[in-house]
Amino acid sequence: MSVLTDTTADLLGSGAEDRSGGQLLEISMGPQHPSTHGVFRMDVTLDGEKVVKLKPVFGYLHRNHEKIAEKESYLGCMPYTDRLDYFCSITNNWAYALAVESLAGIKVPERAEYLRVITGELTRLQNHASLVGFLMQDMGASGTPLMYAFREREKILDLFEALTGARMMCNYMRFGGCRVDAPAGWMQQAQKVVDAFPRFLDEFERMLVSNEILMARTQGVGVVTTAQAVNAGFSGPMARASGVNYDLRKVDKYGIYERFAFRVPLGDHGDVYDRYMLRVLEMRESVEILKQAMRDIPAGPIMDPGTKIRGFRPKAGEAYGRIEAPKGELGFYLVSDGSGNPYRFRVRPPSLINLTLLEDMCIGQNVADIVIILGSVDIVLGEVDR
Amino acid sequence: MDEQLKSELRRQGVVATSLQELYNWGRKSSLWPLNFGLACCAIEMIATTMARYDLARFGAEVFRPSPRQADLMIVAGTVTKKMAPQVVRLYNQMPEPKYVISMGACAISGGPFKQGYNVLKGIDRYIPVDVYIPGCPPRPEALIDAFMMLQRKIDAQELTGPNRPRHLNAEMASEFVIPEFGAHDLEPPSNPEVWSAPLVNIEIAGKNEPGNG
Repeated sequence: MSVLTDTTADLLGSGAEDRSGGQLLEISMGPQHPSTHGVFRMDVTLDGEKVVKLKPVFGYLHRNHEKIAEKESYLGCMPYTDRLDYFCSITNNWAYALAVESLAGIKVPERAEYLRVITGELTRLQNHASLVGFLMQDMGASGTPLMYAFREREKILDLFEALTGARMMCNYMRFGGCRVDAPAGWMQQAQKVVDAFPRFLDEFERMLVSNEILMARTQGVGVVTTAQAVNAGFSGPMARASGVNYDLRKVDKYGIYERFAFRVPLGDHGDVYDRYMLRVLEMRESVEILKQAMRDIPAGPIMDPGTKIRGFRPKAGEAYGRIEAPKGELGFYLVSDGSGNPYRFRVRPPSLINLTLLEDMCIGQNVADIVIILGSVDIVLGEVDR
Repeated sequence: MDEQLKSELRRQGVVATSLQELYNWGRKSSLWPLNFGLACCAIEMIATTMARYDLARFGAEVFRPSPRQADLMIVAGTVTKKMAPQVVRLYNQMPEPKYVISMGACAISGGPFKQGYNVLKGIDRYIPVDVYIPGCPPRPEALIDAFMMLQRKIDAQELTGPNRPRHLNAEMASEFVIPEFGAHDLEPPSNPEVWSAPLVNIEIAGKNEPGNG
Protein backbone atom coordinates (compact mmCIF):
# COMPACT_ATOMS: atom_id res chain seq x y z
CA MET A 1 0.00 0.00 0.00
CA SER A 2 1.42 3.35 -0.96
CA VAL A 3 1.80 6.30 1.34
CA LEU A 4 -0.79 8.16 -0.65
CA THR A 5 -3.49 5.54 -0.04
CA ASP A 6 -2.64 5.52 3.65
CA THR A 7 -3.44 9.19 3.88
CA THR A 8 -6.66 8.58 1.97
CA ALA A 9 -7.75 5.94 4.45
CA ASP A 10 -6.79 8.14 7.40
CA LEU A 11 -8.69 11.10 6.11
CA LEU A 12 -11.73 9.27 4.83
CA GLY A 13 -11.98 7.50 8.17
CA SER A 14 -12.63 10.79 9.88
CA GLY A 15 -16.14 11.31 8.59
CA ALA A 16 -15.39 12.21 4.99
CA GLU A 17 -17.46 10.71 2.22
CA ASP A 18 -16.30 7.20 1.41
CA ARG A 19 -14.85 7.00 -2.07
CA SER A 20 -12.93 3.76 -2.04
CA GLY A 21 -10.29 3.62 -4.71
CA GLY A 22 -10.15 7.37 -4.98
CA GLN A 23 -6.78 8.97 -4.62
CA LEU A 24 -5.90 12.22 -2.99
CA LEU A 25 -3.77 14.84 -4.66
CA GLU A 26 -1.31 16.81 -2.61
CA ILE A 27 -0.33 20.16 -4.01
CA SER A 28 1.84 22.92 -2.67
CA MET A 29 0.37 26.38 -3.17
CA GLY A 30 3.16 28.86 -2.78
CA PRO A 31 5.54 30.26 -1.74
CA GLN A 32 5.52 31.68 -5.25
CA HIS A 33 1.87 31.85 -6.21
CA PRO A 34 0.19 34.90 -7.73
CA SER A 35 -2.57 34.95 -5.13
CA THR A 36 -0.96 34.10 -1.81
CA HIS A 37 -0.50 37.76 -0.80
CA GLY A 38 3.19 37.31 -0.25
CA VAL A 39 5.45 34.38 0.39
CA PHE A 40 3.06 32.04 2.13
CA ARG A 41 2.74 28.33 1.42
CA MET A 42 -0.20 26.01 1.84
CA ASP A 43 0.21 22.27 1.48
CA VAL A 44 -3.25 21.35 0.28
CA THR A 45 -4.66 17.83 0.00
CA LEU A 46 -7.42 17.59 -2.56
CA ASP A 47 -10.11 15.04 -3.24
CA GLY A 48 -11.00 16.07 -6.77
CA GLU A 49 -11.79 19.74 -6.39
CA LYS A 50 -12.54 19.56 -2.67
CA VAL A 51 -10.05 20.42 0.03
CA VAL A 52 -9.68 17.68 2.65
CA LYS A 53 -6.60 18.95 4.41
CA LEU A 54 -4.60 22.14 4.46
CA LYS A 55 -1.33 22.81 6.18
CA PRO A 56 -0.02 26.36 6.25
CA VAL A 57 3.76 26.78 6.12
CA PHE A 58 5.10 30.01 7.58
CA GLY A 59 8.47 31.62 7.89
CA TYR A 60 9.42 32.65 4.36
CA LEU A 61 9.51 36.28 5.45
CA HIS A 62 10.84 35.86 8.99
CA ARG A 63 12.88 39.05 9.34
CA ASN A 64 13.86 38.81 13.02
CA HIS A 65 11.92 41.90 14.08
CA GLU A 66 11.76 40.87 17.72
CA LYS A 67 15.42 39.94 17.99
CA ILE A 68 16.68 43.04 16.16
CA ALA A 69 14.55 45.24 18.43
CA GLU A 70 16.40 43.96 21.49
CA LYS A 71 19.58 45.52 20.08
CA GLU A 72 17.98 48.81 19.06
CA SER A 73 17.14 51.86 21.14
CA TYR A 74 13.46 52.54 21.82
CA LEU A 75 13.50 55.21 19.14
CA GLY A 76 15.37 52.94 16.74
CA CYS A 77 12.59 50.34 16.94
CA MET A 78 10.06 52.78 15.51
CA PRO A 79 11.08 52.44 11.82
CA TYR A 80 11.08 48.66 12.17
CA THR A 81 7.43 48.72 13.20
CA ASP A 82 6.66 50.39 9.85
CA ARG A 83 7.75 47.25 8.11
CA LEU A 84 5.61 44.81 10.08
CA ASP A 85 2.33 45.41 8.32
CA TYR A 86 3.62 47.43 5.43
CA PHE A 87 0.18 48.58 4.33
CA CYS A 88 -0.54 50.33 7.62
CA SER A 89 2.74 51.73 8.89
CA ILE A 90 1.08 54.52 10.88
CA THR A 91 -1.13 52.26 12.98
CA ASN A 92 1.91 50.10 13.75
CA ASN A 93 3.74 53.20 14.97
CA TRP A 94 0.74 54.05 17.08
CA ALA A 95 0.54 50.69 18.82
CA TYR A 96 4.26 50.76 19.60
CA ALA A 97 4.08 54.37 20.80
CA LEU A 98 1.18 53.44 23.07
CA ALA A 99 3.17 50.58 24.58
CA VAL A 100 6.17 52.81 25.30
CA GLU A 101 3.93 55.56 26.64
CA SER A 102 2.26 53.23 29.10
CA LEU A 103 5.69 51.86 30.06
CA ALA A 104 7.03 55.31 30.91
CA GLY A 105 3.78 57.06 31.80
CA ILE A 106 3.93 59.71 29.07
CA LYS A 107 0.98 62.00 28.32
CA VAL A 108 0.24 62.94 24.71
CA PRO A 109 -0.87 66.49 23.80
CA GLU A 110 -4.35 67.04 22.47
CA ARG A 111 -3.40 68.00 18.91
CA ALA A 112 -1.13 64.98 18.57
CA GLU A 113 -4.00 62.70 19.60
CA TYR A 114 -6.15 64.20 16.87
CA LEU A 115 -3.36 63.86 14.31
CA ARG A 116 -3.00 60.22 15.35
CA VAL A 117 -6.69 59.57 14.84
CA ILE A 118 -6.70 61.32 11.46
CA THR A 119 -3.65 59.50 10.08
CA GLY A 120 -4.77 56.21 11.66
CA GLU A 121 -8.20 56.34 10.06
CA LEU A 122 -6.71 57.37 6.71
CA THR A 123 -4.54 54.27 7.04
CA ARG A 124 -7.64 52.17 7.64
CA LEU A 125 -9.26 53.63 4.54
CA GLN A 126 -6.35 52.80 2.28
CA ASN A 127 -5.85 49.35 3.80
CA HIS A 128 -9.49 48.35 3.37
CA ALA A 129 -9.67 49.87 -0.12
CA SER A 130 -6.65 47.87 -1.23
CA LEU A 131 -8.01 44.74 0.44
CA VAL A 132 -11.33 44.78 -1.41
CA GLY A 133 -9.41 45.50 -4.62
CA PHE A 134 -7.14 42.52 -4.08
CA LEU A 135 -10.11 40.32 -3.15
CA MET A 136 -11.78 41.15 -6.45
CA GLN A 137 -8.49 40.43 -8.22
CA ASP A 138 -8.36 37.01 -6.52
CA MET A 139 -11.90 36.36 -7.66
CA GLY A 140 -10.88 36.88 -11.26
CA ALA A 141 -11.99 40.49 -11.79
CA SER A 142 -8.56 41.12 -13.21
CA GLY A 143 -7.29 44.64 -12.98
CA THR A 144 -10.18 47.07 -12.93
CA PRO A 145 -11.39 46.98 -9.27
CA LEU A 146 -7.78 46.92 -8.06
CA MET A 147 -6.98 49.94 -10.23
CA TYR A 148 -9.93 51.81 -8.77
CA ALA A 149 -8.79 50.91 -5.27
CA PHE A 150 -5.21 51.96 -5.92
CA ARG A 151 -6.41 55.23 -7.42
CA GLU A 152 -7.92 56.05 -4.02
CA ARG A 153 -4.91 54.67 -2.19
CA GLU A 154 -2.58 56.96 -4.12
CA LYS A 155 -4.54 60.01 -2.98
CA ILE A 156 -4.09 58.99 0.64
CA LEU A 157 -0.42 58.13 0.10
CA ASP A 158 0.07 61.63 -1.30
CA LEU A 159 -1.27 63.00 1.96
CA PHE A 160 1.11 60.79 3.92
CA GLU A 161 3.99 61.93 1.79
CA ALA A 162 3.18 65.58 2.31
CA LEU A 163 2.92 65.00 6.05
CA THR A 164 5.73 62.55 6.82
CA GLY A 165 7.95 62.53 3.74
CA ALA A 166 7.35 58.90 2.85
CA ARG A 167 4.63 57.11 0.94
CA MET A 168 4.67 53.81 2.76
CA MET A 169 7.19 53.79 5.60
CA CYS A 170 5.95 56.88 7.41
CA ASN A 171 7.76 56.53 10.77
CA TYR A 172 5.40 59.23 11.95
CA MET A 173 4.76 58.77 15.66
CA ARG A 174 7.02 59.33 18.59
CA PHE A 175 6.37 58.46 22.21
CA GLY A 176 4.78 61.61 23.53
CA GLY A 177 3.26 62.80 20.28
CA CYS A 178 3.93 62.96 16.56
CA ARG A 179 7.10 63.77 14.66
CA VAL A 180 5.90 66.73 12.59
CA ASP A 181 2.84 68.94 12.46
CA ALA A 182 0.63 69.10 9.39
CA PRO A 183 2.04 71.62 6.88
CA ALA A 184 -0.03 74.55 5.65
CA GLY A 185 -2.91 73.46 3.49
CA TRP A 186 -2.58 69.80 4.44
CA MET A 187 -5.79 69.71 6.42
CA GLN A 188 -7.77 71.25 3.53
CA GLN A 189 -6.31 68.72 1.10
CA ALA A 190 -7.13 65.88 3.50
CA GLN A 191 -10.65 67.24 3.84
CA LYS A 192 -11.05 67.10 0.06
CA VAL A 193 -9.86 63.50 -0.10
CA VAL A 194 -12.16 62.46 2.75
CA ASP A 195 -15.15 64.26 1.27
CA ALA A 196 -14.61 62.58 -2.10
CA PHE A 197 -14.11 59.12 -0.61
CA PRO A 198 -17.80 58.17 -0.27
CA ARG A 199 -18.12 58.64 -4.04
CA PHE A 200 -15.60 55.86 -4.53
CA LEU A 201 -17.50 53.67 -2.07
CA ASP A 202 -20.80 54.35 -3.84
CA GLU A 203 -19.25 53.50 -7.17
CA PHE A 204 -17.68 50.36 -5.75
CA GLU A 205 -20.93 49.24 -4.16
CA ARG A 206 -22.99 49.96 -7.24
CA MET A 207 -20.70 47.79 -9.32
CA LEU A 208 -19.98 44.96 -6.95
CA VAL A 209 -22.11 44.58 -3.84
CA SER A 210 -25.10 43.03 -5.55
CA ASN A 211 -23.04 41.53 -8.35
CA GLU A 212 -24.34 38.04 -9.02
CA ILE A 213 -20.96 36.46 -9.68
CA LEU A 214 -19.50 37.99 -6.53
CA MET A 215 -22.39 36.70 -4.44
CA ALA A 216 -22.17 33.22 -5.94
CA ARG A 217 -18.45 33.07 -5.26
CA THR A 218 -18.45 34.48 -1.72
CA GLN A 219 -21.73 33.71 0.07
CA GLY A 220 -21.53 30.66 2.31
CA VAL A 221 -17.81 30.25 1.60
CA GLY A 222 -15.24 30.05 4.39
CA VAL A 223 -17.75 30.29 7.23
CA VAL A 224 -16.47 31.00 10.75
CA THR A 225 -19.07 30.75 13.51
CA THR A 226 -19.16 33.18 16.42
CA ALA A 227 -17.93 30.50 18.86
CA GLN A 228 -15.05 29.55 16.57
CA ALA A 229 -14.01 33.18 16.15
CA VAL A 230 -13.97 33.74 19.92
CA ASN A 231 -12.10 30.52 20.64
CA ALA A 232 -9.46 31.25 18.04
CA GLY A 233 -8.86 34.73 19.45
CA PHE A 234 -9.95 36.52 16.30
CA SER A 235 -10.00 40.29 16.34
CA GLY A 236 -10.76 43.12 14.00
CA PRO A 237 -12.94 42.75 10.91
CA MET A 238 -12.56 38.95 10.99
CA ALA A 239 -14.20 38.71 14.42
CA ARG A 240 -16.85 41.31 13.68
CA ALA A 241 -17.86 39.59 10.43
CA SER A 242 -18.65 36.52 12.56
CA GLY A 243 -20.84 38.63 14.84
CA VAL A 244 -18.41 39.27 17.70
CA ASN A 245 -19.01 42.82 18.88
CA TYR A 246 -15.42 43.64 19.71
CA ASP A 247 -13.78 46.82 18.58
CA LEU A 248 -10.90 48.15 20.67
CA ARG A 249 -11.83 51.69 19.73
CA LYS A 250 -15.02 51.10 21.75
CA VAL A 251 -13.63 48.65 24.33
CA ASP A 252 -10.36 50.36 25.31
CA LYS A 253 -11.25 53.87 24.14
CA TYR A 254 -7.52 54.48 23.71
CA GLY A 255 -6.47 57.98 22.78
CA ILE A 256 -9.54 60.13 22.29
CA TYR A 257 -11.85 57.66 20.59
CA GLU A 258 -14.66 58.14 23.14
CA ARG A 259 -15.21 61.61 21.66
CA PHE A 260 -16.32 60.37 18.25
CA ALA A 261 -19.70 59.02 17.29
CA PHE A 262 -19.35 55.99 15.06
CA ARG A 263 -20.98 52.60 14.68
CA VAL A 264 -19.39 49.16 14.66
CA PRO A 265 -20.73 47.09 11.78
CA LEU A 266 -21.29 43.39 12.52
CA GLY A 267 -21.75 40.42 10.21
CA ASP A 268 -24.34 37.66 10.48
CA HIS A 269 -22.91 34.73 8.59
CA GLY A 270 -19.16 34.98 8.98
CA ASP A 271 -18.56 34.10 5.33
CA VAL A 272 -16.32 35.80 2.79
CA TYR A 273 -19.13 38.07 1.63
CA ASP A 274 -19.72 39.36 5.17
CA ARG A 275 -16.04 40.00 5.66
CA TYR A 276 -15.92 41.92 2.40
CA MET A 277 -19.07 43.94 3.13
CA LEU A 278 -17.87 44.69 6.64
CA ARG A 279 -14.78 46.39 5.27
CA VAL A 280 -16.88 48.52 2.94
CA LEU A 281 -19.10 49.57 5.87
CA GLU A 282 -16.09 50.21 8.11
CA MET A 283 -14.69 52.57 5.50
CA ARG A 284 -17.89 54.62 5.73
CA GLU A 285 -17.57 54.79 9.52
CA SER A 286 -13.92 55.81 9.20
CA VAL A 287 -14.97 58.65 6.93
CA GLU A 288 -17.38 59.79 9.67
CA ILE A 289 -14.63 59.69 12.32
CA LEU A 290 -12.32 61.62 10.03
CA LYS A 291 -14.89 64.35 9.44
CA GLN A 292 -15.43 64.79 13.19
CA ALA A 293 -11.71 64.77 13.95
CA MET A 294 -10.91 67.33 11.28
CA ARG A 295 -13.69 69.58 12.52
CA ASP A 296 -12.57 69.46 16.17
CA ILE A 297 -8.78 69.44 15.91
CA PRO A 298 -7.32 72.12 18.21
CA ALA A 299 -4.12 74.11 17.81
CA GLY A 300 -1.25 73.43 20.16
CA PRO A 301 1.94 71.47 20.60
CA ILE A 302 2.36 68.05 19.01
CA MET A 303 5.03 66.69 21.35
CA ASP A 304 5.09 66.24 25.09
CA PRO A 305 7.87 68.67 26.10
CA GLY A 306 9.00 66.51 29.02
CA THR A 307 9.80 63.40 26.98
CA LYS A 308 13.38 62.77 26.08
CA ILE A 309 13.27 60.91 22.74
CA ARG A 310 16.99 60.33 22.24
CA GLY A 311 18.70 58.40 25.00
CA PHE A 312 15.27 57.37 26.27
CA ARG A 313 15.56 55.02 29.27
CA PRO A 314 12.31 53.97 30.89
CA LYS A 315 12.24 52.47 34.37
CA ALA A 316 12.32 48.68 34.67
CA GLY A 317 8.89 47.17 34.12
CA GLU A 318 6.62 45.83 31.46
CA ALA A 319 3.76 47.20 29.39
CA TYR A 320 1.31 46.13 26.72
CA GLY A 321 -0.06 48.62 24.23
CA ARG A 322 -2.79 47.62 21.83
CA ILE A 323 -4.88 49.36 19.23
CA GLU A 324 -7.53 48.47 16.70
CA ALA A 325 -5.33 48.23 13.62
CA PRO A 326 -7.09 47.81 10.27
CA LYS A 327 -6.44 44.07 10.48
CA GLY A 328 -7.36 43.54 14.12
CA GLU A 329 -5.84 43.87 17.55
CA LEU A 330 -2.21 44.86 17.13
CA GLY A 331 -0.31 44.73 20.39
CA PHE A 332 3.23 45.37 21.49
CA TYR A 333 4.46 43.82 24.71
CA LEU A 334 7.60 45.46 26.02
CA VAL A 335 9.79 44.46 28.93
CA SER A 336 12.26 47.04 30.13
CA ASP A 337 15.25 46.40 32.36
CA GLY A 338 16.02 50.09 32.70
CA SER A 339 18.49 50.18 29.83
CA GLY A 340 18.25 52.06 26.56
CA ASN A 341 16.83 49.17 24.57
CA PRO A 342 13.88 46.84 25.19
CA TYR A 343 14.72 43.64 27.05
CA ARG A 344 11.89 41.90 25.24
CA PHE A 345 9.91 43.18 22.29
CA ARG A 346 6.95 41.03 21.44
CA VAL A 347 4.44 41.70 18.69
CA ARG A 348 0.91 40.38 18.80
CA PRO A 349 0.15 40.32 15.09
CA PRO A 350 -3.53 40.27 14.12
CA SER A 351 -2.86 38.65 10.73
CA LEU A 352 -1.21 35.56 12.20
CA ILE A 353 -3.93 34.94 14.76
CA ASN A 354 -6.71 35.54 12.24
CA LEU A 355 -5.01 32.96 10.06
CA THR A 356 -5.17 30.14 12.62
CA LEU A 357 -8.56 28.89 11.42
CA LEU A 358 -7.53 28.79 7.77
CA GLU A 359 -7.80 25.00 7.59
CA ASP A 360 -11.27 24.96 9.19
CA MET A 361 -12.43 27.64 6.76
CA CYS A 362 -11.09 25.81 3.72
CA ILE A 363 -12.04 22.18 4.37
CA GLY A 364 -14.88 21.09 2.12
CA GLN A 365 -14.47 24.08 -0.18
CA ASN A 366 -13.25 24.04 -3.75
CA VAL A 367 -9.60 24.68 -4.43
CA ALA A 368 -10.43 27.97 -6.13
CA ASP A 369 -12.11 29.15 -2.93
CA ILE A 370 -8.89 28.84 -0.92
CA VAL A 371 -7.62 31.89 -2.75
CA ILE A 372 -10.56 34.11 -1.84
CA ILE A 373 -10.75 32.79 1.73
CA LEU A 374 -7.10 33.67 2.21
CA GLY A 375 -7.74 37.01 0.55
CA SER A 376 -10.63 37.78 2.88
CA VAL A 377 -8.52 37.12 6.00
CA ASP A 378 -6.37 40.11 4.98
CA ILE A 379 -2.91 38.90 5.85
CA VAL A 380 0.36 40.68 5.39
CA LEU A 381 3.32 38.36 5.58
CA GLY A 382 5.61 40.94 7.12
CA GLU A 383 3.42 40.74 10.17
CA VAL A 384 2.63 37.01 10.10
CA ASP A 385 6.26 35.90 10.00
CA ARG A 386 7.79 39.00 11.59
CA MET B 1 24.73 54.35 -42.32
CA ASP B 2 25.22 57.81 -40.89
CA GLU B 3 22.61 59.50 -38.78
CA GLN B 4 22.11 62.42 -41.18
CA LEU B 5 21.18 60.21 -44.10
CA LYS B 6 18.94 58.20 -41.84
CA SER B 7 16.97 61.23 -40.66
CA GLU B 8 16.82 62.50 -44.26
CA LEU B 9 15.30 59.20 -45.35
CA ARG B 10 12.86 59.29 -42.43
CA ARG B 11 11.61 62.65 -43.63
CA GLN B 12 10.90 61.03 -46.98
CA GLY B 13 8.95 58.26 -45.27
CA VAL B 14 11.63 55.61 -45.55
CA VAL B 15 12.74 53.95 -42.35
CA ALA B 16 16.14 52.40 -42.49
CA THR B 17 17.26 50.20 -39.64
CA SER B 18 19.50 47.29 -38.92
CA LEU B 19 18.36 43.87 -37.87
CA GLN B 20 20.11 44.35 -34.55
CA GLU B 21 18.24 47.57 -33.80
CA LEU B 22 14.92 46.03 -34.77
CA TYR B 23 15.57 42.92 -32.70
CA ASN B 24 16.63 44.86 -29.64
CA TRP B 25 13.73 47.30 -30.04
CA GLY B 26 11.32 44.39 -30.02
CA ARG B 27 12.93 42.79 -27.00
CA LYS B 28 13.18 45.91 -24.91
CA SER B 29 9.61 46.95 -25.64
CA SER B 30 7.98 43.77 -24.44
CA LEU B 31 9.71 42.78 -21.24
CA TRP B 32 7.49 40.43 -19.31
CA PRO B 33 8.21 40.52 -15.59
CA LEU B 34 7.60 37.62 -13.27
CA ASN B 35 4.60 38.12 -10.99
CA PHE B 36 6.62 37.66 -7.89
CA GLY B 37 6.64 39.76 -4.75
CA LEU B 38 8.46 39.11 -1.52
CA ALA B 39 7.69 41.94 0.91
CA CYS B 40 7.00 45.66 1.17
CA CYS B 41 8.61 46.52 -2.18
CA ALA B 42 6.09 44.30 -3.94
CA ILE B 43 3.34 46.73 -3.01
CA GLU B 44 5.23 49.56 -4.70
CA MET B 45 5.78 47.24 -7.65
CA ILE B 46 2.00 46.71 -7.87
CA ALA B 47 1.47 50.46 -7.53
CA THR B 48 3.83 50.93 -10.49
CA THR B 49 1.64 48.75 -12.69
CA MET B 50 -1.53 50.60 -11.69
CA ALA B 51 -3.16 53.48 -13.52
CA ARG B 52 -1.14 56.32 -12.01
CA TYR B 53 2.37 55.16 -12.88
CA ASP B 54 1.26 52.85 -15.69
CA LEU B 55 4.15 50.55 -16.44
CA ALA B 56 2.26 49.53 -19.59
CA ARG B 57 3.77 52.59 -21.29
CA PHE B 58 7.06 50.67 -21.29
CA GLY B 59 5.57 47.45 -22.56
CA ALA B 60 6.07 45.67 -19.28
CA GLU B 61 2.60 45.37 -17.81
CA VAL B 62 2.18 41.67 -18.62
CA PHE B 63 3.13 40.18 -15.27
CA ARG B 64 3.39 36.45 -15.78
CA PRO B 65 2.65 34.08 -12.91
CA SER B 66 4.87 31.39 -14.43
CA PRO B 67 8.64 31.79 -14.63
CA ARG B 68 8.63 29.91 -17.94
CA GLN B 69 6.94 32.86 -19.63
CA ALA B 70 8.90 35.65 -17.97
CA ASP B 71 11.97 37.61 -19.10
CA LEU B 72 12.52 39.72 -16.06
CA MET B 73 12.64 38.94 -12.38
CA ILE B 74 12.06 41.84 -10.02
CA VAL B 75 13.37 40.73 -6.63
CA ALA B 76 11.05 42.97 -4.63
CA GLY B 77 11.66 42.60 -0.94
CA THR B 78 13.63 40.86 1.76
CA VAL B 79 15.06 37.51 0.73
CA THR B 80 15.22 35.29 3.79
CA LYS B 81 17.39 32.21 4.05
CA LYS B 82 14.26 30.10 3.79
CA MET B 83 13.11 31.87 0.63
CA ALA B 84 16.48 32.20 -1.14
CA PRO B 85 16.46 28.64 -2.61
CA GLN B 86 13.00 29.28 -4.04
CA VAL B 87 14.13 32.55 -5.62
CA VAL B 88 17.14 30.85 -7.22
CA ARG B 89 14.91 28.02 -8.39
CA LEU B 90 12.55 30.48 -10.06
CA TYR B 91 15.50 32.19 -11.69
CA ASN B 92 16.77 28.88 -13.03
CA GLN B 93 13.33 28.09 -14.42
CA MET B 94 13.22 31.28 -16.48
CA PRO B 95 14.34 30.88 -20.09
CA GLU B 96 17.22 32.91 -21.54
CA PRO B 97 17.46 35.85 -22.18
CA LYS B 98 16.64 36.83 -18.62
CA TYR B 99 17.27 39.90 -16.52
CA VAL B 100 17.09 40.68 -12.83
CA ILE B 101 16.20 43.93 -11.10
CA SER B 102 17.15 44.02 -7.45
CA MET B 103 14.52 46.28 -5.94
CA GLY B 104 15.06 47.91 -2.58
CA ALA B 105 17.65 47.87 0.15
CA CYS B 106 16.81 44.34 1.34
CA ALA B 107 17.32 42.68 -2.02
CA ILE B 108 20.55 44.60 -2.54
CA SER B 109 22.22 44.00 0.80
CA GLY B 110 19.74 42.92 3.46
CA GLY B 111 18.81 46.51 4.16
CA PRO B 112 17.54 47.33 7.63
CA PHE B 113 17.38 43.62 8.43
CA LYS B 114 21.00 42.97 7.55
CA GLN B 115 21.86 42.20 11.16
CA GLY B 116 19.12 39.55 11.30
CA TYR B 117 20.08 35.90 11.52
CA ASN B 118 17.62 34.81 8.85
CA VAL B 119 18.13 37.43 6.16
CA LEU B 120 20.21 36.96 3.02
CA LYS B 121 22.67 39.82 2.62
CA GLY B 122 21.86 40.54 -0.99
CA ILE B 123 20.40 38.34 -3.72
CA ASP B 124 23.50 38.95 -5.87
CA ARG B 125 25.32 36.34 -3.82
CA TYR B 126 23.34 33.75 -5.79
CA ILE B 127 22.08 35.25 -9.04
CA PRO B 128 23.54 37.97 -11.31
CA VAL B 129 21.71 41.28 -11.05
CA ASP B 130 21.39 43.77 -13.92
CA VAL B 131 19.94 46.83 -12.22
CA TYR B 132 19.93 47.80 -8.55
CA ILE B 133 17.45 50.37 -7.24
CA PRO B 134 18.04 51.56 -3.69
CA GLY B 135 15.24 52.73 -1.44
CA CYS B 136 13.12 51.35 1.35
CA PRO B 137 10.90 50.90 -0.58
CA PRO B 138 11.94 52.64 -3.83
CA ARG B 139 9.32 54.93 -5.27
CA PRO B 140 7.45 53.74 -8.37
CA GLU B 141 9.39 56.34 -10.36
CA ALA B 142 12.59 54.61 -9.29
CA LEU B 143 11.29 51.28 -10.58
CA ILE B 144 10.40 52.95 -13.89
CA ASP B 145 13.92 54.36 -13.99
CA ALA B 146 15.28 50.86 -13.47
CA PHE B 147 13.14 49.66 -16.37
CA MET B 148 14.49 52.38 -18.64
CA MET B 149 18.02 51.56 -17.56
CA LEU B 150 17.43 47.92 -18.41
CA GLN B 151 15.97 48.92 -21.77
CA ARG B 152 19.10 50.90 -22.57
CA LYS B 153 21.17 47.89 -21.59
CA ILE B 154 19.19 45.62 -23.91
CA ASP B 155 19.43 48.21 -26.68
CA ALA B 156 23.23 48.13 -26.50
CA GLN B 157 23.52 44.36 -26.85
CA GLU B 158 25.12 43.05 -30.05
CA LEU B 159 23.63 40.34 -32.21
CA THR B 160 26.94 39.02 -33.52
CA GLY B 161 30.57 39.12 -32.57
CA PRO B 162 32.43 37.92 -29.51
CA ASN B 163 30.53 40.23 -27.15
CA ARG B 164 27.09 38.89 -28.00
CA PRO B 165 24.98 38.04 -24.96
CA ARG B 166 24.63 34.64 -23.40
CA HIS B 167 21.38 33.62 -25.03
CA LEU B 168 23.05 33.92 -28.44
CA ASN B 169 26.30 32.33 -27.34
CA ALA B 170 25.87 29.02 -25.59
CA GLU B 171 29.57 28.69 -24.87
CA MET B 172 29.78 31.91 -22.94
CA ALA B 173 30.23 31.25 -19.26
CA SER B 174 27.87 32.74 -16.73
CA GLU B 175 29.12 35.63 -14.62
CA PHE B 176 29.50 33.16 -11.79
CA VAL B 177 28.18 29.70 -10.99
CA ILE B 178 24.47 29.89 -10.29
CA PRO B 179 23.47 27.20 -7.80
CA GLU B 180 20.79 24.60 -8.49
CA PHE B 181 17.82 23.79 -6.27
CA GLY B 182 18.93 20.63 -4.50
CA ALA B 183 17.19 18.14 -2.24
CA HIS B 184 17.94 20.01 0.98
CA ASP B 185 19.58 23.28 0.02
CA LEU B 186 21.09 25.03 -2.94
CA GLU B 187 23.92 23.15 -4.65
CA PRO B 188 26.51 24.55 -3.99
CA PRO B 189 25.15 26.24 -0.85
CA SER B 190 27.62 29.11 -1.07
CA ASN B 191 30.04 30.54 -3.57
CA PRO B 192 33.33 31.84 -2.15
CA GLU B 193 34.10 33.52 -5.50
CA VAL B 194 31.24 35.93 -4.91
CA TRP B 195 31.57 36.40 -1.19
CA SER B 196 33.27 34.79 1.75
CA ALA B 197 33.31 35.83 5.36
CA PRO B 198 36.20 38.25 5.92
CA LEU B 199 38.99 37.07 8.17
CA VAL B 200 39.00 39.41 11.12
CA ASN B 201 42.17 39.72 13.11
CA ILE B 202 40.67 39.69 16.56
CA GLU B 203 43.59 41.38 18.32
CA ILE B 204 43.59 44.36 15.94
CA ALA B 205 39.79 44.53 15.84
CA GLY B 206 39.62 44.67 19.62
CA LYS B 207 42.08 47.55 19.80
CA ASN B 208 40.06 49.68 17.39
CA GLU B 209 36.87 49.42 19.36
CA PRO B 210 35.96 52.41 21.51
CA GLY B 211 36.53 51.87 25.18
CA ASN B 212 39.28 49.29 24.75
CA GLY B 213 42.00 51.92 24.64
